[in-house]
Amino acid sequence: MTFLTANKVKHYFGGLCAVSDFNLDLRSGELMGVIGPNGAGKTTIFNLITGVYQASEGSIQFKGTELVGKTPHQITALRIGRTFQNIRLFRDLSVLDNVRIAHYAQADYSPLEALLQIGRYRREEQRIIENSRRLLAIFHLEALAGETAKNLPYGLQRRLEIARALAIGPELLLLDEPAAGMNPNEIDLLMEFILWIRKEFNLTILLIEHQMKLVMGICERIKVLDFGETIADGTPEQIQNHPKVLEAYLGEGPVG
Amino acid sequence: MNGALVESREWLVAQRWLLPVLILIGFGLAFAIPEYGWFNKYVQLVMMYVGINVILAVSLNLVNGYMGEFSLAHAGFMAVGAYTSALLTMKVLPVLDYPALFPIAILAGGAMAALFGLIVAVPSFKTRGDYLALITLAFLMIVKSLIENIDYIGGPRGIPGIRKLTTLPWVFFWVVVTIWVIRNFVYSKYGRGVLSVREDEIASDLMSVNTRRVKFLAFAVSSFFAGIAGGLFAHLLQFISPRVFDIIKTTDILIMVYLGGIASIGGSILGATVYTVLLELLRPSTVAAMLSWLPDVVFEPLNEHFIQHLGIWRMVIMPLALVLVMIFWPRGMMGLREFRWFIPKRDLEAHHRGAEHEGRHDVPHGQ
Amino acid sequence: MTTLSEGIVYLLQQMLNALQLGSIYALIALGYTMVYGILTMINFAHGDVFMVGAFFCFLAAVYLGLPFVPALLLTMLGTALLGVAIERLAYKPLRHAPRVSAIITALGVGIFLENFTLALAPYPKHIPMLLENVTWNLGGISLSSLQVIIIFLSLGLMFLLDFMVHRTPVGMAMRAISWDKTFVPLMGVPVDLVISITFAIGAGLAGAAGTMYGLAYPVIDPYMGIMVGWKAFISAVVGGIGNIRGAMIGAFILGGVEIMVAAFLPSTYRDFVAFTLLLALLIVRPYGILGSPRVQKV
Repeated sequence: MTFLTANKVKHYFGGLCAVSDFNLDLRSGELMGVIGPNGAGKTTIFNLITGVYQASEGSIQFKGTELVGKTPHQITALRIGRTFQNIRLFRDLSVLDNVRIAHYAQADYSPLEALLQIGRYRREEQRIIENSRRLLAIFHLEALAGETAKNLPYGLQRRLEIARALAIGPELLLLDEPAAGMNPNEIDLLMEFILWIRKEFNLTILLIEHQMKLVMGICERIKVLDFGETIADGTPEQIQNHPKVLEAYLGEGPVG
Repeated sequence: MNGALVESREWLVAQRWLLPVLILIGFGLAFAIPEYGWFNKYVQLVMMYVGINVILAVSLNLVNGYMGEFSLAHAGFMAVGAYTSALLTMKVLPVLDYPALFPIAILAGGAMAALFGLIVAVPSFKTRGDYLALITLAFLMIVKSLIENIDYIGGPRGIPGIRKLTTLPWVFFWVVVTIWVIRNFVYSKYGRGVLSVREDEIASDLMSVNTRRVKFLAFAVSSFFAGIAGGLFAHLLQFISPRVFDIIKTTDILIMVYLGGIASIGGSILGATVYTVLLELLRPSTVAAMLSWLPDVVFEPLNEHFIQHLGIWRMVIMPLALVLVMIFWPRGMMGLREFRWFIPKRDLEAHHRGAEHEGRHDVPHGQ
Repeated sequence: MTTLSEGIVYLLQQMLNALQLGSIYALIALGYTMVYGILTMINFAHGDVFMVGAFFCFLAAVYLGLPFVPALLLTMLGTALLGVAIERLAYKPLRHAPRVSAIITALGVGIFLENFTLALAPYPKHIPMLLENVTWNLGGISLSSLQVIIIFLSLGLMFLLDFMVHRTPVGMAMRAISWDKTFVPLMGVPVDLVISITFAIGAGLAGAAGTMYGLAYPVIDPYMGIMVGWKAFISAVVGGIGNIRGAMIGAFILGGVEIMVAAFLPSTYRDFVAFTLLLALLIVRPYGILGSPRVQKV
């Protein structure tokens, strides 16, 4: 079954073409990487998938549902979770609340039930707390549940962001430069971590990355973007020797 | 503070059953005070104003504190509630024969105000910050000039001769309802949605929060209670006119909210109480009465040169005090903090409960 | 035919009145927009600085017996100092506090100015006629020398300001700070000084507006700044807040709309139309006429 497909997606900012003819065919359970130099349109693709931007042309489908035209929260409620290139936690809220907020679509009660504390309200709230605590425990953040998010060190903030994205209960997880600001040693650990959450949460993962090491190390398939265009698509071995990729990455240091 | 004191304070805070008991005692007092004349009429009046202002401040805090917008429309919603309920009790409902109809008139005022709140919520979908503040200001001014231009409801002269139906028990009742409902809202998924909109609207949307719905609800609930307060106010003052609900009224409520501290129900209660009581305490007659024990030699010149002029100068002192509070205490009395009794038990526990779920050690510790 | 030409004369007369009102709004709107441009802060006390300006003019005329020009200059100097004092004492300590603290403080300063003035001057004051007012009749349109002075003086001040902002080093520093608050200070721009100058100029212009308003509508009271201030603020927003030329355009539009509404509808509709216009504009073009939308990056 097709899981996530993009068909001839184009996006313009004013007259500038940020993404042109983007095609994607992500299979369930796959781990795919999108790489490309700065400004290649990588984050724009995430924003198009999650509905932050509306594609100017083309279609994006998730398990047969058209995503173009839907709002971000509708798309997220279809169980697509994402993280951000620059951490975007709810900085002044507690670690627990960051994760609880992501349960919004799953919490099954109406405003009236909330205002008057009747019906499903208590049960659902209890369930959200249980699930949030479970996620925090898995990520070793449980002891920090009451801490304000902005007080966490950088590494823990990144981890909390992933925990929050998983609170959506995603089938598809979009990771936007998870290795940003990490040294090679930390990247090794991160690779192990990504593979682990994929298995544990039964995820399909699409990740954007700048770090060749990470992408080459764990992705099963890689897409290379440059100036909004897909210049290569294939397995890590195919990409590594692709002439256009070498050209685009010239000066970016050794590949792999 | 020494250890024993901290401990007894902690113990007291943990006795959550005290809150309903206190509410019951409050109700008893609300009935007893007017019945047995325990305080004079003026003090009773001030108590009712405090209550109405608590409703206004707590409800405005929902939009201005929890959601982080800067709404100036609150006096407008108040006006809608005041006019709706006053017209109902004067022209439609036979409240004299059936006093039980009074809460219905108040509720109708709240509902009408909530409808207007939904209208103001619509521009908030696309606009934020200063521009939304302006839209709410424009709304306030439009409501005011609309009322001025409708002769049926008295135009600029307003409506005199409203029945005095607002009593201390009613005010207390509505204060409790307001606090309870808003507290329930704040600690629900909708309330957390409101908070996340304040923090980062786009991230909030991407965490499945229906931001439009959440804004609709916040404005509706906030304006509903502004309308309730307006209705109580109209039936206490017995006279309303468009001038009562102008930008100065909104400013008063804003001061209470920010003095008390944003995103805090307890803060708004404190802010409204302190501000209202302080303004009353600085009245020349009150100060004179409080200082009358002084010997005449001291009192007479003090009275003549200082106390008698307080009428105007208290209006100078209050804004000055506000500026000083903002500079030296920018979060207000309890900004972003809350009375522990208002926080649902499960929230408190979830934030503090120890490692009940053992951390899973097969997780790679990376990143 | 006579009715038509009468109509045209009436219309022209009203346009002249609109020009006069718009000039005063523009002078005040500039202060709002300059402060917003440089600090992204709505200085809610600005309308009250305008009011204080009218009272300064009253003091200069009645107690010092000054003629028009020295009274005007003294008023502008007085409000400029007041503006700087407000900035230094009340706003500067809050420059890194949450934005809303600054807004509330500004509201507080405004109320303080109103009530302080009220405490000192409990009754409305009457500003004496500082200028010999000649009225000319141009084919049915009456034009007073006061109107001419108000309009030309305002326009002169606006052109001076526009020149200063776009052609002088101080203006360049202002534009730089409004563009970027993080790195411009690192380039050696004396930020505090530039901010003070901004407040001084804005408040000085409000003082000029207060003087002229006081001459045109001589009865002044401590609450006169509230509504005029809001109107000027609307002008700034209509033009696109932070944009100096926009503020002038917005002021003339608002002045025009208000005068026309008052001319053809009951005067109680004036505020209604002004604010409805604001609401409609904000919904259609939320960033004003000359403003540009801010794009939020994800």
